[in-house]
This record gives sequence, structure tokens and C-alpha cells, in this order.
Amino acid sequence: MTSIARSDTLLAGPVRPKQSATMYFMRRNPAVAIGIALILTMTLLTSFAPYLNTVDPIKFNPVYRLKPPSEKFWFGTDSFGRDVYSRTIYGGRISLIVGLSVAVFSTSIGLMIGLVAGYIRAADAILMRIMDGLMAIPSILLAIALISLTKASVQSILIAITIPEIPRVVRLVRAVVLTIREQPYVEAATAMGTSVPKILVRHILPNTLAPLIVQATFICAAAVLIEAALGFLGAGTPPEIPSWGNIIAEGRTYFQIGPWMILFPGLFLATTVLAINLVGDGLRDLLDPRIARRM
Amino acid sequence: MHYLIRRVLATIPVMGVVAIFVFALLHLSPGDPAAVIAGDFATAEDIARIHKQLGLDRPLHLQFVSWVSQLLRGDLGTSIFSHLPVARLIGQRVEPTVALSITTLIIAVTLGVPIGVLAAWRSGAWIDRLVMGFAVFGFSIPIFVVGYLLIYLFAIQLGWLPVQGYVSIDEGLWPCLRSILLPSGALSTFYMALIARITRASVLEVLGEDYIRTAKAKGLAAINVLFGHALKNAAVPIVTIIGIGLTLLIGGVVITESVFAIPGVGRLTVDAILRRDYPIIQGVILVSSAAYVLVNLMIDIVYTFLDPRIRY
Repeated sequence: MTSIARSDTLLAGPVRPKQSATMYFMRRNPAVAIGIALILTMTLLTSFAPYLNTVDPIKFNPVYRLKPPSEKFWFGTDSFGRDVYSRTIYGGRISLIVGLSVAVFSTSIGLMIGLVAGYIRAADAILMRIMDGLMAIPSILLAIALISLTKASVQSILIAITIPEIPRVVRLVRAVVLTIREQPYVEAATAMGTSVPKILVRHILPNTLAPLIVQATFICAAAVLIEAALGFLGAGTPPEIPSWGNIIAEGRTYFQIGPWMILFPGLFLATTVLAINLVGDGLRDLLDPRIARRM
Repeated sequence: MHYLIRRVLATIPVMGVVAIFVFALLHLSPGDPAAVIAGDFATAEDIARIHKQLGLDRPLHLQFVSWVSQLLRGDLGTSIFSHLPVARLIGQRVEPTVALSITTLIIAVTLGVPIGVLAAWRSGAWIDRLVMGFAVFGFSIPIFVVGYLLIYLFAIQLGWLPVQGYVSIDEGLWPCLRSILLPSGALSTFYMALIARITRASVLEVLGEDYIRTAKAKGLAAINVLFGHALKNAAVPIVTIIGIGLTLLIGGVVITESVFAIPGVGRLTVDAILRRDYPIIQGVILVSSAAYVLVNLMIDIVYTFLDPRIRY
């Protein structure tokens, strides 16, 4: 199978070195290149936050309340005199951590459940009913409910955003498994007495990876948005941890006199989500042309 | 007919899972839910009172049975904060939420579908790129940011529409629409993006079919081919996504109502979070999930009438 595929590429033309293939892809998909560049920029900005001319993001400074953007306060100050620029840069940390962790957790948990549901008929009915039920609950409401029961912390937010995303992964994985399990090589493996866990991991799991990676980027984008929405609604990180959502929430009252408190974190938030979505779209076109046509 | 009955019955396990989940949320959470609800400054008596109020002192399975039988009679419990029935509290707040959702749906569908068809028709051209670019933006900009941008532009700078608040439909259709136009605009951006994208994809797929070539060959105008032939056959995935997107819409309503100070179910929920009024949160989840399940049931039933090929 693999040897045929290889000779196909040989016939198709000269094999490009890996580096130039990546560059070729980037040039054909400038949106993906822009997305990756933006994500890298955001990661660097938030990682090196203390060295980027920032001040303590939670220090009150009543003398400088509600100052518009100026040379001293690039993004202005909020109602407690805190520097919005520093808060925005530090606030990005929570968004990126939540986005990445939720993407990793929900895809890995969803992958496991999806493999079992797709391959083991007895488990399928029960698992999918549970997933259908979870899908019927709006993610934000579900996350709100989960958070309102625990003390607000980064951990509980991660769990609260991860759970509603799991059913989407399960459905995707299950759909792939249902087609792969009918393939002759799976039948052959079963006939040779390969154990079910081994079939799942060695023969079925690799086929789910491409669509899963694509899905993970979209979950990452959704998680960043939901985290911000929770912060905005007052169900997000505790006030002492700045996040784009809670900076915007604090700016609401002063929106008419100080729109900068919403504008700048909002801009960072939208840019980050846009960047992740651009990469997701590009990956989908690259890895999974079949789904690309459907979406 | 057989299919319809099965489809209706299929909603029961879904709602059952939702009910179990909502019940489990309160009872299986780490720590004592009564203590969490009572807050940081509660005394032991407060906690004991909440225990009794929620019936937490009884065995779990009995609690579940009595809770479900209450639900089936339309009793969603009592608010801890205001001591009013949750069903009544939600009922009072339903009008603005429904008005907002319907206006949003109308805006999103009437703009999203033609945009998507246009993009599919001119696939690869600048208009297609523009639409797809807009779709990615629509997915990425948070509703509250769009909301404040619209308020800033149309209410503060131009002064065309009210900044915030809601005018009931009892006071006339036009004042109500004026108060709801900006919120619906903000809420419809991502929904429109979703619909435009799905429309483009499914129309694009249909455009390759033989009957489209036939329609073109017999000299039909492009608009007739697109809307009469292509869109009609591409309708099923579009309607499906409108139904599935409903959970996103409900989530969006909660945020939009906060931005625009609309006294709907979403605001009720947000106020309930801040007060840890748990029965309200449970009630809102149950009602919105039921709405989702019912709308999707109706969509599936409508399919079977629209498209006789669909028989499960």
C-alpha cells in the first residue's frame, strides 16, 4: 500500500525537500502563515510580559483613574488606575493556556470515548445517548453551571470548558471509526486474533488523527472565546487574575467615557481567535480535503 | 409515520440525560452544594436551611424521583434568593429572549443564505473570498466586542438607535424592533457566518450535478438555477446547521442580554450565577435544552414533508 503511494508521488514530479514543501504551502496559503505568525506573536508577548514595559497589572493607582491612552499608558487606565496595556498583555496568558489545555484535554478524552463508542457496539448506544444529551445543553450555560458550583479558579474553568467540547470530538472520532472498522485490514487483524485495544490503537487511532488535529484547533478557538465570555459574565477567573474577559467586564460600566478598556483587550481577543481559526482552516484544507468540502 | 413516532420517542433519552446531568451537577459536585450556595459568610443554620429547602437531607434516589416528578408537572423548583417559583421567573423573562432570538434568526438566514449562494456561484472569485473572509471574522469576533462596536457606532456616535434596554412588544412593534435591532445585529454575526459557510459548501456540491447543467442548458436564468434548483437541493444541511447552531444562539443570547441590558432569561441566568441561585441555573438549562430538542425535532419532521426521499 505504502509503496504504491510512494511511486505515485515519484511519478507526479520531483520530490521536494521538506523545508520547501512547507514554504510552498505557506506561499499558497498566506492566511495560514499570517495565523501562525499572529499566534507566535501573542505567545511571545504573553510569555515575556514582565519585560515589555509593563507594570504590575493588579496594582491600584487611584491618581491615574480612567486616563485615555497616552505615551505613559499605551492603552489607558481603568477605574482603579490600573494600566490596561499591562493587564491586556498579562491577560493573554490565561486565554492561551485555556485554549491550548482545553484543546488537548477534550480531544484526548473525546478520542478515547469515541474509539470505544465506534468499535464496541454495546457501549455505543449508551455513550452516544449521553453525548446527545450533553450536546443539547448550550456550552456556555453548561460551563456557567459547572463553575458556579466550585470556587472560581483556572482549574475549574478548564474543566467547565472541556466537558461541553467532548461530545463534538466523540462524534467525529466515532464517525471515522465506523468507516475504518469495515476495512479489510481491520478484518484481517481481527482474524489473526489481535486484541481489541491493540486494533484500536494500532489500526484505527492513526486514521482519526488528521481530522482530530483540525478539530482541536477549532476547539482551541472556541475555548478562548468561551473563557472570555465567562470572564465577561463574571463567571471566569477571579478578579486578581487579569483575563481579556474580565478586563472587558470591568470596562462595561465606563464604556461611554472610556471605550479603550473594551477596545484593546477585545482587539487582542478577536485577533487571537482569528489567528487560530485561520490556522484551523488551513490545516483542514491540507489534512482533510473531504471535510473541507463539506464545511 | 413509523419514523415520526420513533423520532419523537428519541427525544426522551436525550432529555433524560439532560435531567440526570442537571441533577448530578448539584449533587455530585465536590463538597457540600448547600455550603457553596450559601456562600462564604453563611452560618451553620443557613446551610442547614438550604439543605432542607433543596431536600438534600434525603437519600439521593428519592431526591431524584421526586425532582423528576416535579419537573414533569412543570415545577422547576423555587429560587433560593427570591423564593419565587423558577418556572414563573423564567416565564416573566421569556418575551425579550424569544424576540431577540427570532429577530436574530431572521437576520442571519435572510442575509446568510443569499451570501452563501453568491459565494458558491462565484466560487474562487473575489466575492467568494470576501464572503469566506467575513465568515472567518464572524466566527472569531466575540459577540460582546461586536455588541460594543455597534453600540459605539450606531447609538453613541450616530445616535440612530437606543444604547441599551428593551421595549416590550406591547408598546408597539417599531419601538420594540428599534430596541432589539443592535442586539440582534451583534448576535447574528457568527450565526450568519455559520449559515453562509454551510450554504456555500452545500450549494457548491450541488452545482456539480447533472440537473444543474440541464437547467443551465435549457436557458434558465442564473438566479432561477441557483435558487430554484441548487438551493432547493442543498437545503437539508443548511436547515440542519440552523437547528444545531441553536445551542450557540442560546449561549449567545446570554452574553448579548448582558451587553445590552435586556431583561431576558440570559440576564436572569447571569444574576443567578452571581447569587449562586442554583435552582434558576438548573431551570434555565432544562428549558433551553428542551427548546433545542423540540426545535430540532420539528426540523426533522418538516424534512420528511419537504423531501420525500428522507425516510429513516
